[in-house]
Amino acid sequence: MSMFSIFNVSASAITAQSQRLNVVASNLANADAVSGDSAKAYKARQVTFETVPMGSDGSVGVRVQAITENQIQGAKEHNPGHPAADEQGYITHSNVSPVEEMVNMISASRSYQNNVEVMNTAKTLLLKTLQIGQ
Amino acid sequence: MLANMTSGLDFHSKALVLRAERQRVIAGNIANADTPGYAARDFNFSQALADATGMASSNLGASKSASTPAHAKHIALSNTQGGSLDSQRLAYTVQTQPSLDGNSVDMDRERANFMDNAIRYESTLRFINGQAKTILSAIQGQ
Repeated sequence: MSMFSIFNVSASAITAQSQRLNVVASNLANADAVSGDSAKAYKARQVTFETVPMGSDGSVGVRVQAITENQIQGAKEHNPGHPAADEQGYITHSNVSPVEEMVNMISASRSYQNNVEVMNTAKTLLLKTLQIGQ
Repeated sequence: MLANMTSGLDFHSKALVLRAERQRVIAGNIANADTPGYAARDFNFSQALADATGMASSNLGASKSASTPAHAKHIALSNTQGGSLDSQRLAYTVQTQPSLDGNSVDMDRERANFMDNAIRYESTLRFINGQAKTILSAIQGQ
C-alpha cells in the first residue's frame, strides 16, 4: 500500500521541522546572552535539511543533516561595569538576529502545518478506501 | 461473463493505484519544501494510466507516448507494470520562482495538486463503489 508511506514521509518532515523550531527557540532564548570571552559568546545555530529515501517505492522524506553554528562575531561592547567584562572591559553579545529567527520560526511553523494537513488528507483517503463496497 | 462485469473495475483500480502513487510523490515534495537543492517531482497521469491499462495513448488524448522515444538515439523509458510506477517515469518540475538554494518546490502548486489529486482519488473510489453496487444488485437479482 503505497499510501501508507505518506505517513512516514510527512512524519519525517514534521520531526525535521520541529527540530528546526527547537533550534529557533534556543537561539531566541539566548539572544541577549553576553560573555566576557568572545570565543564563548553564544553563536546562533541553524539546521540543514537533507532528502532521505524511504522504503523501496521511491518515496523521499527529509531529515536534519547537520546543525551548524553561525561563525559571525557577535557585537563587542565596552562596558567595564559589567560583571562578565574581560580585562579590557569588553563584553561580547551573541550573534543571534531576532528578526531572522522570527522569519525562520514562521517558515518552520507553516511547513509543519502543511505536513499535518497532508497526513490528515492521506488518513481520510485511506479510511474511505477501507469502505469500498459498503 | 464475470470478466465483462469486472473489466470496468479493473480500469478504476489501476487509476486508483496511480492516484495513490501521485499522492505519495506530492507528499514527498511538500515534505522537502525546505530542503536545499531538492527538485520537485511529478508524473504525467494520463500517460501513466494509458500505459498501465495498455491503451493506445491516442485514446486518452495524449499526443505522444513517453515510451516511444522522439529520436532514434533516445533511450526509451520503461513502461509501467500493473499500475505501479518506477522512478524513471517521474519527471522534475521546473522552478516557477528562482530560489537561492536551488529548491524547486512551489508550495502553492504542490498544495493545489495535492487537493486536486485527493478529490480525484475520492471520485475514483466512488466510481468503484457504484460499480460494485451495480454488480452486487445484478448478482442478487432483487
